[in-house]
Amino acid sequence: MSDLVIEATELKRTYVTGDVAVHALKHATLHVQRGDFVAIMGPSGSGKSTTMNILGCLDRPTGGSYKLDGVEVSGMDSDQLAEIRNLKIGFVFQGFNLLPRTTALENVELPLLYREEPIPFAERQARSKAALESVGLGKRFDHVPTQLSGGEQQRVAIARALVTEPAILLADEPTGNLDSRTSVEVMRILQKLNETRNLTIILVTHEPDIAEYARRNVLFRDGKIRSDRQVEKRLRADEVLAAMVTESEDDDE
Amino acid sequence: MNIWMVLKISLRALLRNKLRTLLTMLGIIIGVSTVITMLAVGQGAQASVQASIASLGTNTLMVFPGSSNTGGVRSGAFGASNLTVDDAKQIQRQCSAVSEVSAMTQTNAQVVYQDQNWSTQVTGADVGYPAIRNWPVVQGGFFRDDDVRSAAKVCVLGQVVVDNLFGNEDPIDQTVRVKGIPMRVVGVLGVKGDSAFGQSQDDIIVVPYSTSMKRLQRQSNLRYIMAQARSADQVNRARRQIMDLLSQRHKIGDDAEADFTIRTQAEFAETANQSTRIFTLLLGGIASVSLLVGGIGIMNIMLVSVTERVREIGIRMALGAKRRDILRQFLTESVVLSLLGGALGVALGYGFAHVAAWISQWPPVVSIESVLLSFGFSLTVGVFFGFYPALKASRLDPIQALRVE
Repeated sequence: MSDLVIEATELKRTYVTGDVAVHALKHATLHVQRGDFVAIMGPSGSGKSTTMNILGCLDRPTGGSYKLDGVEVSGMDSDQLAEIRNLKIGFVFQGFNLLPRTTALENVELPLLYREEPIPFAERQARSKAALESVGLGKRFDHVPTQLSGGEQQRVAIARALVTEPAILLADEPTGNLDSRTSVEVMRILQKLNETRNLTIILVTHEPDIAEYARRNVLFRDGKIRSDRQVEKRLRADEVLAAMVTESEDDDE
Repeated sequence: MNIWMVLKISLRALLRNKLRTLLTMLGIIIGVSTVITMLAVGQGAQASVQASIASLGTNTLMVFPGSSNTGGVRSGAFGASNLTVDDAKQIQRQCSAVSEVSAMTQTNAQVVYQDQNWSTQVTGADVGYPAIRNWPVVQGGFFRDDDVRSAAKVCVLGQVVVDNLFGNEDPIDQTVRVKGIPMRVVGVLGVKGDSAFGQSQDDIIVVPYSTSMKRLQRQSNLRYIMAQARSADQVNRARRQIMDLLSQRHKIGDDAEADFTIRTQAEFAETANQSTRIFTLLLGGIASVSLLVGGIGIMNIMLVSVTERVREIGIRMALGAKRRDILRQFLTESVVLSLLGGALGVALGYGFAHVAAWISQWPPVVSIESVLLSFGFSLTVGVFFGFYPALKASRLDPIQALRVE
């Protein structure tokens, strides 16, 4: 039996501004197995952002059905969606989106504060620290975002997404603001989470080489899915990083 | 999410921007401290006036003559001279609610001691006068019944007269001349301070009323009669008894107008209170306006704060904050701001009130009511002016909010 974590069927999203109706998403069907790593690609206006918003329960489809982790969410109201986001979805954004002047630990703790069932202080602390340690920031608990590099900020954001133990992790251009080496480091963390924890990851990117780190590539165009293929020659972030180290050593010589 | 979490999140948000938090609170701090100070000044003035009126004596009643009507020519109030020494004596004898009575006369005279002279008020009184006015003799003693009976040439001096005539000399048993008549100083009254009308009550010479009538004024009528009720709740009974007695003695019919007036200390106090109450209301009103301005300041900053933190709101929503969580957070922030501002304002107002009291020489009165009032007001301000910005924040669309740079 298949273990579908995302079962989006015939999704439609139409924006109406005045008399003009814009069909951002015409009909898109996307099924994702638990533990998959999907890269969504496509030019701007292709419907990939709209899809991400719907998959992330930030927006509701005008038509079609969306089952997340076995729960139909397309008819939920905004409070129910907020609860689903808190319980089942981890977000990683292009601009990191950490709260300013707030320590790494407090940033990571934030989604736990919005739990409907209150989590005791000690447990929140323990889980937040464990999440930060899992992304290699065990010594940066008390740093505020401005004291952290871009890569470190993105790792805090990943820790914040992980702390709730979500069903899916949605990463919207997570490497868009990072240099190529830091990008690969972020991809290494995502690959590791995907493999060791069987965490389902949906990644939006416009960089083809970043998409090569995923298991599966989905290409959007004109509000429809144009292609959906398994990645044949997956890039291994470990190896790419190792090669980078060798290169820079070669440069030094 | 429970209230402690909301409070925790709000406090963290406020602490993240301490300067803005402080500046926002400033409006409320100034508003509340102004209210506290102004009310304290008003109530201090009231207390000071009340203290002056209390210095008249406790449970005091005063009987004034009414107007006279001589062949159609009416004098003003107190113009008649129809109160007699007998009236005073009968009040003492017959009115059970009255403990002390003093017949009173009043005149002004030049008082001379050696090469010093001083113009002052000469009050003629009976032996009960210090008791009625609650005014102790601090040096020597008051004159006695014998002195009154014999219209003795003795006097008791107020502090101002002593200072002006004697300086540092001991006045007891010295002789002063009042209107040329030599009088022996038997005692000195303690310092009483200013009256409700601002004159010094210590600028006085007290002589037996009989002495004043026979030797200084040569007239047989009294200026007024002072009486003291046995206790505060006997004042009205004493008033009725005096009324009945004097009406009978002066042959006033049931529907005729009395030819005398009785005033109680409470009536003086009431009149004075009315004016200070208006004064307090006025000051309080002005201060409330500044509290209102402070409230609008909170709304202003909260609106700016919401606009500035759209992205933060988007992040919180993406991480699972419901609309009501956001509403509560911003509402709590403004309430915490206004309550904290209120608390600081109360502390500051308390200080200002003491400074104002020190300058005005009025007692500092920071009433618990004015503290509760300002706290209640600042809470209302926080909720009222915080609600709209909070509502605005909670209605943001997370997708739009996250897109804002």
